[in-house]
Amino acid sequence: MMRETANTAVLEARSLSVGFIQDEGATSWVTQDVSFTVAAGETLAIVGESGSGKTVTAMSVLDLLPGNAVRRGEILFRGEDLVSAPAERLRRTRGQDIAMVFQEPMTAFNPVYSIGRQIADAIRSHQAISRKAAMERAVELLQLVGIPEPERRVRSFPHQLSGGQRQRAMIAMAIACRPSVLIADEPTTALDVTVQKEILQLLRRLQRELSMAIVLITHDMGVVAEMADRVIVMRAGEVVERAEVHELFAHPTHPYTRALLDAVPRIDSVAPDPVRETTPTGAMALEVTDLHVRYRGPWGRPGFLAVQDVSFAIPQGRMLGLVGESGSGKSTIGRAIVGLAPIESGQVRVNGRELNTAASRQPAEVRREYAMVFQDPASSLNPRMSIGDSIAEPLVVHRRRSSDKERRARVAELLDMVELPKDWSGRFPHELSGGQRQRIGIARALALEPTLLIADEPTSALDVSVQAAVLRILQELQERLGFSCLFISHDLAVVELLADQVAVLQHGRLVESGPTAQVLREPREDYTRRLVEAAPVPDPVVQRRRVGRPPQGTALTG
Amino acid sequence: MLSTIVKRLAVGVVLLWVVSTVVFLALQLVPGDPARTILTGTGATPSEAAIEQLREQLGLNLPMWEQYARFMGQLLTGSLGESLRNGQDVTALIGQRLPRTLELVIATTLVSVVLGVALGASAARRGGWLDRALTLGTSFGVAVPAYVAAVVLVYVFGVQLQWLPSGGYVAFATDPIENLRSLILPTIALSIGFTAIVARMTRTSVLSVGEQDWVRTGRAVGLTQRQVFSRHVLRNSLTPVLSVTGLQMGALLGGTVIVERVFSWPGLSALLVDSVSNRDYPVVQGVVLVIAALFVLLNIVVDIVYGFLDPRGRD
Repeated sequence: MMRETANTAVLEARSLSVGFIQDEGATSWVTQDVSFTVAAGETLAIVGESGSGKTVTAMSVLDLLPGNAVRRGEILFRGEDLVSAPAERLRRTRGQDIAMVFQEPMTAFNPVYSIGRQIADAIRSHQAISRKAAMERAVELLQLVGIPEPERRVRSFPHQLSGGQRQRAMIAMAIACRPSVLIADEPTTALDVTVQKEILQLLRRLQRELSMAIVLITHDMGVVAEMADRVIVMRAGEVVERAEVHELFAHPTHPYTRALLDAVPRIDSVAPDPVRETTPTGAMALEVTDLHVRYRGPWGRPGFLAVQDVSFAIPQGRMLGLVGESGSGKSTIGRAIVGLAPIESGQVRVNGRELNTAASRQPAEVRREYAMVFQDPASSLNPRMSIGDSIAEPLVVHRRRSSDKERRARVAELLDMVELPKDWSGRFPHELSGGQRQRIGIARALALEPTLLIADEPTSALDVSVQAAVLRILQELQERLGFSCLFISHDLAVVELLADQVAVLQHGRLVESGPTAQVLREPREDYTRRLVEAAPVPDPVVQRRRVGRPPQGTALTG
Repeated sequence: MLSTIVKRLAVGVVLLWVVSTVVFLALQLVPGDPARTILTGTGATPSEAAIEQLREQLGLNLPMWEQYARFMGQLLTGSLGESLRNGQDVTALIGQRLPRTLELVIATTLVSVVLGVALGASAARRGGWLDRALTLGTSFGVAVPAYVAAVVLVYVFGVQLQWLPSGGYVAFATDPIENLRSLILPTIALSIGFTAIVARMTRTSVLSVGEQDWVRTGRAVGLTQRQVFSRHVLRNSLTPVLSVTGLQMGALLGGTVIVERVFSWPGLSALLVDSVSNRDYPVVQGVVLVIAALFVLLNIVVDIVYGFLDPRGRD
């Protein structure tokens, strides 16, 4: 039974191209001749980096793109073309036959209606049932996706749910009419790894129960390894490779696929570096002792205690990875060290000097000791300043290299360090790619030769291949210049790659810390173990074993 | 929600006390002597003795703090005092004028919000010529002062065409039809700018909400275009419209004065201007306090409606 339906494609795209009509009337095509098929019970992953056209392809199936989008080619649902289908036919297909799960569950729900109401509306647009009956169905659906107390939660507004629960509710809405195809556009990208693990499990369970075809759009090779039966790899609007999942990871044929797989840091790949770990430690570059950070509430009342009782130290020239999920307080600690978050009690010492005051009140020679690289290079560079001016700004503020000529020479030197052309100093941030902008962020941070660099998720806004380059540069510069680094990240694999030591945070408290290999390979604490286990490994054989999936599943060839 | 309202009311009471004190002090600074103005108003040149006698009678010879204490004492007993000019009870005077101004403000708001939201929403939804026409029309609407519009309206519809009364006020109780007829022109005059602002705000808001993710979700689950627009675009677009409406209504409460003059509409604003020129302190104080109180109430109502429109504001 299963096998019969499995071999026929439920959804098929034939030479599908998507373009956007420009203001001048010309059409610019962003994807070219994309073809794929997906059968009942099967998962097809569409993989690619930003700009690959994977999301545009996914959205074009149900014509959810902006008004100026045009489609060429065919999208066949059970043999019926959706590109040429009349509007009412397409509307009935949406949600009923093909449903969507979006990346960001917070904004995918309308904030002014309860989630129950939104799920009920979705049901009622396909079935002639009363609002009351639809609400009862919504409760059942919430139960089905594992939301506790569904009778109460059905009346909750989106902002009253956690991120994971919102995504569960989104999935509940998507499966409300038992669709044959589920298109999930980066469904776990906005979530923490432990939540991601649960959501992926949920999707697999529902797929089995409803024998749905899933089209999974993702950039995460770990998620692909765990979920996909077949994969298509997209780059710049074109499909560069298509393969069965084990085949793709074992024998990638296209150079781009190989580069992509090589760029993904794996939590189980780095051999412990005995030299790094046994070198006797010198003086401490950063010592944090019993740190408590409390934000101020309304009218100066004490507010949220974001960090409590955290202590750690970084020896000179070493890198410590501070890891945790969202809300763990990891960024707050970084901000508190540089005086951007209010320290309630505890000590922060940089090179033995205590700096427990707000940044603006620290003496200049102390502030020169540390520098920060921020998460989003697009918004942390002033768009009206040339990148040369941005890099030179700390030099000007601290009255270093006071002549123009000296400053220009230093800027050129810094650009060279981050492997950008020296003559780019006149360019503006919008002329650069994300990875290039983040290199500018690093160059600016290093301008004053700090002894301590605080990098707050410096690569989490970047594609993996770009991330790999930025991380390599950061690592090489650290070895060459010998600065110490506090590397804040949610990505255990990245931290394992770079850091000598790891500190794990949960709810503002330190759970575990120690040498990287020990903490990540033989975690002592339950939470660390869960965190390590939740991070997907980009290897279908290993990853499926980790999540307890049968090795081949219902995978198909073709 | 209830505790928020109680808190806002408490703040409102404090605000009213501050307003009344400021008004009291401001009037002390104004040059001119009400007693002299009142007596000069009768035509004869008053004797200094008569003026002094009147000052004593009105309590104007008392030291400032004593006058303030009297004023506050009155307020606490719920009385706004008597007019210096003709001894009328200020509360009664305001009670007579206030409904007229409120009628104007409410009619204007209804017309402006209904028309402005409809225009702004359809311009944003349809685009094209309608959108361009609206942009041009609203620039014009915002730029034309209400009194210019008022004069033009009186000339065209009142004097030339003689379709509508060019001024005057007839109480609703006396003649409902005539009351509404006389309401039309002043309402239009006041609505032009208000409608333009609401239309612009609605247009901008609809366009930006239309790009939100949940609008795409609404389409993805199979809602019709009309359902997507009314439930997921328009409803969410109304919050900024509400803020603008609240501000505009507040401005209208004391800002209808010129239009009230042009149309001989004996409302609250007209009373305020008259009593300022007459140095009729109790009336000025009373009117300002009532306007301030209405403003505070209006803000609380806006907050309640806001909480109704957006559940995130309720917690």
